[in-house]
This record gives sequence, structure tokens and C-alpha cells, in this order.
Amino acid sequence: MTVFLWGVLPYVAFVLLVAGLVRRYRHDRFGWTARSSQVHESKLLNIASPAFHYGILLVLVGHLVGLFVPMSWTDAFGVSGHTHHLLSLYGGSAAGILTVAGIALLIHRRRTSAPVFHTTTANDKVMYVVLLAAIVLGMAAKLAHASGDGYHYRESVAPWTRSLLTLQPDTELMAGVPVLYQIHAVIGLALIAFVPYSRLVHMFSAPVRYLFRPYIVYRSRDPERLRP
Amino acid sequence: MRPMAQLAMVMNLDKCIGCHTCSVTCKQAWTDRQGTEHVWFNNVETRPGQGYPRRYEDQEQWQGGWALNRRGALKLKAGGRFRKLAGIFSDPRLPETEDYDEPWTYDEPWAYGCKSLAGAPAHGGGPDPMIERTRRLAADRVRFEFEQTFMFYLPRICEHCLNPSCVASCPSGAMYKRAEDGIVLVDQDRCRGWRMCVTGCPYKKVYFNHRTGKAEKCTLCSPRLEAGLPTVCSETCVGRLRYLGVVLYDADRVTAAASVPDEHELYAAQLGVFLDPEDPGVRRACAAAGIPYDWVEAARRSPVHALISRYKVALPLHPEYRTMPMVWYIPPLSPVVEALTETGHDGEDAHNLFGAIDTLRIPLEYLAELFTAGDVAPVRASLEKLAAMRSHMRAVNLGEQPDPSVARAVGMRDAEIEEMYRLLAIARYEDRYVIPAAAVSDARRLEESALPDGCGLDHGCSLDYEGGPGMGGDGPSGQDSGGRTHLPLVSVENFHALRHRPTAAEEEET
Repeated sequence: MTVFLWGVLPYVAFVLLVAGLVRRYRHDRFGWTARSSQVHESKLLNIASPAFHYGILLVLVGHLVGLFVPMSWTDAFGVSGHTHHLLSLYGGSAAGILTVAGIALLIHRRRTSAPVFHTTTANDKVMYVVLLAAIVLGMAAKLAHASGDGYHYRESVAPWTRSLLTLQPDTELMAGVPVLYQIHAVIGLALIAFVPYSRLVHMFSAPVRYLFRPYIVYRSRDPERLRP
Repeated sequence: MRPMAQLAMVMNLDKCIGCHTCSVTCKQAWTDRQGTEHVWFNNVETRPGQGYPRRYEDQEQWQGGWALNRRGALKLKAGGRFRKLAGIFSDPRLPETEDYDEPWTYDEPWAYGCKSLAGAPAHGGGPDPMIERTRRLAADRVRFEFEQTFMFYLPRICEHCLNPSCVASCPSGAMYKRAEDGIVLVDQDRCRGWRMCVTGCPYKKVYFNHRTGKAEKCTLCSPRLEAGLPTVCSETCVGRLRYLGVVLYDADRVTAAASVPDEHELYAAQLGVFLDPEDPGVRRACAAAGIPYDWVEAARRSPVHALISRYKVALPLHPEYRTMPMVWYIPPLSPVVEALTETGHDGEDAHNLFGAIDTLRIPLEYLAELFTAGDVAPVRASLEKLAAMRSHMRAVNLGEQPDPSVARAVGMRDAEIEEMYRLLAIARYEDRYVIPAAAVSDARRLEESALPDGCGLDHGCSLDYEGGPGMGGDGPSGQDSGGRTHLPLVSVENFHALRHRPTAAEEEET
């Protein structure tokens, strides 16, 4: 079980993510969108959506820093374990609260605004359940182990994550991790796998190139259109 | 000089009877799908009025188009690149369904508009923003009596601007101006539904399909134009008031022209961007730039070029948005004639008309707000030419000797006035639409279908492939508008039959 959860599942999730993205890009670029419902309801969205998105981006940065920056690096910069814990506790909680408040308002909006609710597909509902579960369990795991220096995930979860990158998963590291963290990790993996098969795929179209391209885009007629 | 070709349109507002045939045929051809209930690529507005969506001209609210920054350079009114990306998670300037008027049907589950039928009053919105502006500007000079002003209709499609702010607003780079003919299009495969184009367009002619989550807009019926056919709205126009043709312009001069500080100069600046197809230097430059010979020839015969640059009777809609729009309008003279006739004067007498144009300041200033950013002179000049034409042609029809001073007063020769009359009043099909096909050699193949080969049956066309906006069926992105289905293509109109039809009646008459 340990091997399956922490040695196989991560790679399955990653393969599903990449395969899904490739399939989506090759066969369903037309469906690649966040399918905004702003034309139906704008007032709540204007508050909730930026709150959620900025929150979840901060959460993402927190995860990347926490999981992929080894302790030896932070020690070299003179950041003690306790400082790191407080930073991740307060910073993470602030980002988490922003995210939870945002998504709560978004779900409320989705349920109470009739046209928005009508455009909600089954896929969206599953997505909301997985996303919300991942966020709430992450918050719960963090807050349940908040006292003192907190849970030392940087000595277990983080090295395990990095061991995935070297294709030599050290599954034993995850065996003793508190169960809340374990569930959060599994649901997180499920979320990663689900991204390309849901509207979440829009996270991969961050339009960074907009900053560098000329304002007016000219394009020639597709020669396919006139080919006999 | 970087010459480019642009397919442009002129509408003669004197002839519009507000029948909405253009809107209905356009909707049937392009947006008769779920998700596009509110999408009118073509709409007809009563002016003065609120427009569609309501009060779309109030750019302080909607932030469409361009503005000049402190250094006098163009910037998007709704904010530049960084502001766009920072605010990408919601677009507070996006019109909502109620700004477009809620769609409703009798038993569709989506149509929450049903509820609003049960007693909710129609949305107010407020007065026409242009009326407001005219009132504010002219409060101390002109007594503005709303009841005594006039009414006319304004059909609107996408302006296919030379400096399109929708294209500039698109973070994904999905919107583009087609290099060959200047048509502004949305690449449905690249659009990610950020909605910035809807805000960016001051004419609110990009729409968000709530079903597919993609932007859609008027394509100037590009599949028809490629085959040499006029757009659906032009073809079906009962008043025959639309003109289609090629205009040549210098792409290098566009930004400078759009950045002219004085709004009143924008009309003249845009005229300065256009190239004269009779000029041998321009023709050489066009050939060097790869513009096909038949396109340059079409530009010489272009009714749009004639009405805009030669006769200067057509004016752009809201040049103050600085997008360099390419659907121009001949302002309506009829209300002036009407008002004059009602007072017991001869409404078509040149001297009465010239005087009336000037004294009826209210319509003139309102028209100027629409077409010249408030500068009355070009509107007056245009109306005077139309008045001179009426007066001159009445004399001709009554067998009288036309007064040569009438034509001279508006800076035209008799022959020119009669040419303009033929273009505006006779308005033969061949004169109204001078459209070079995309590739002459392909004309025969294209004539069988408005869409290229391979569409619908297997793949290749962005409208109707897996997940494309066909009709019916479920897809990953919703139903109908985003459905996956394969429609058999049936050729409803044959190119040659169509060419023959509008001229057949005239031949019989003569």
C-alpha cells in the first residue's frame, strides 16, 4: 500500500496530467477555456474570483518553496526551522483563508445564481469537490499541527517529493506522516491528474506572451482555406 | 509606405427604414445557436437611443477603445498589458446579460429571462450618452428639445478597424487582423475566454459565447467575400443601402493618425491614411507589397473608396475611440428635408436646404457626436453635398436647367454629382459591391459552398470539427454551440445564379 500510494500514484497522476494535456491540445483546443460565467453574474465574481485566484497562486508558491527548497538551503541563509514554520503557518494560513473565502463565495454564487448554476456541468461539480477537499484538508493538516514548531514535513514529505524527481521514490519517508497530510497528498495528486480533463486546464494558458508581443496581430489567411 | 488592402463598408443612412432584415438574416446565418442568444453581429439601433448593449458609447463606464496617455501616446483605455494580466481573473467592465437584455424563450431551461417576464420592468439604463454629451456641451448655446428632434436608424456591424483595440486587448493573441483583407477575426482554437476583447471594443461588437466560453464576432462573412459574394447583411438589405469595396491604406501611418491629439482632427487623419489607387506610385508599392492586381483594380472601382475619399460624403462612426473604424456612414439628410417640408417650405430647394442644414443645429451636432467626434463642419459638408445632389437631380428630372452654382457651392462638378447620384440613388448591384475574390482560380470551387472543402465531413475548418460550434450534441464544453456534430453541407446559393438574380429584374425593366 505504501509503495502504491507514494511510489506509483504520483507517477500515474503525472502521466495522466501530461497525456491529458497532449490529448487536449491536439484534439480539443476549442474546448480549452475557463468557460467564464461572468456574463451571467458579475458582482460577486469580481470579488470572489481574484481573491480565490491570487490566494491559490500564493498557496502554489508556498508549496513550491516548502517542498522543493531543501532545509540545507534555508539553513545556509540563516532561516531557522522555527522561523520557517511561523512563515509557512501565517503566510500559508493567510493565503489559505483568502483561497477558502474566495472559493466559498464562488460556490455560493454558483449555487444561488440560477443561470450560473444552469451552466454547471457534472464535470464542474466533481472538480469543485476535489478542489475544495484538497484545499480544506491542506488547511486542516496545517492547523492541526500548528503548535510549537509544527509538523516537520520538511524532513519527510519534502524529501519524498524531491525523491520523485530523481525517479527513486523513497516511500518509507511517507509512512510515518500524519494521516491528514497523507489524505491531503493523495487528493492533491488526484487534483493534478484531473486538471487536463476539467476546466482547470485554463491554468496552463497563462498569457505571459501578451507582455512581449506587438499590440496589433496580423495573420495571413490560412492557405488551407483556398486549397483546391 | 506599407500598403495594405482592407475590405470596408459604407452605409447610406438616408435609406435605412429600420426593418432589421440585415440583423435577422445575419443571425440566422451565424448566431442561431444556444450560447449566442445575445450575439447580434449586426444590429440596428434607433438614434437617438441607447444602442446595444445599452449605453455602449459611454466609454467612461465601459472603458473601450484607445486613449492618449500623458506623453501623447496611444494606450488602451481599460489599461495596458500589466494591468490586463493583473486583473485577468475577472473583468469588471464586462457587460452582463441584462445589459444585452435577458434572452428568453417559453420553455428552455436556460432562459431565466422567463422570470423577468413575470413582472420585472424593462431595464431603464438612462439616456443616450451622446445626447447627454451634446446637451452638456451645448446647454448654453442650443435649446435642446428632445421631442422635436428627429429619429433615424443606425445599422451596426463590426468596424474591422485599422487599429483594433479588441485585438490589442486579447491576452492570448487569438484575435488578429487578416493581412490580405483586413478582416478582424477570432481564432476559436486559441481563444481562452479571458473576455478582454469585449471590454476593449468600444463598439461592443465582440461577444462572449457563454456556452463555449469563447469570444465571437462579425466575420464580415469572410467565406462569402472570399468567393466574391457580398455579406449576408448587404445581400439582404431591403433598402440597398450598403456598399462593399476595397480600400488601400498605409499601415505605417495608422498609429500616428490614431494618436492625433485633437479629436476633431481624427477624421481628417484617417482620410490621410488611405492611399489613392489611381496614383502610379501607390500601384507600384502595392505590387511590391504583394497585393494582387485584381485587388488594386477593385480598389479603383471601389464604391467605398469613392464615397469616403472622392466625394467625402461618408464619415466614420465614433473616430474619437481612435480605433480607425472601417465601416463608414453617409449621414441622413431626410430628417432635414422632412422638417423643412413640414414648415411649408420647398424641402428640396437647394437654398432652403442649405439654410436648413445650418439652422437645424440640433441634428447636426448630434450627428457630429456620432461621426466626427463633435466637429460639425464635415457633417455639414456631407449633408450639403447630398442636398445639392437632390436639388440638381430634381431639376434634371423636371426637365429644367440645373443651376450650376448649386454644384459649385459644394465643390463638385455636375458630372460628379450625377455619378454620385448613380451610386447612391440607382445603386446597382455591381456598383454597390466590388469584391475581388480571394483567388480567382478558386472561384469555381468556392462557388458551390460558402465553406471550403473538407469542412463538416472530416476536418479542417474551425467551425465544425470535433468540439466545434456546430449544432446539437454534447461536448466537453457544453451543448449546441460547443457540440461535436457533422453537418452535411448543402449548397443553397449558386454563385452564378446569385450574380444573375439582382440584375435580372433591372434588365427586364429597361
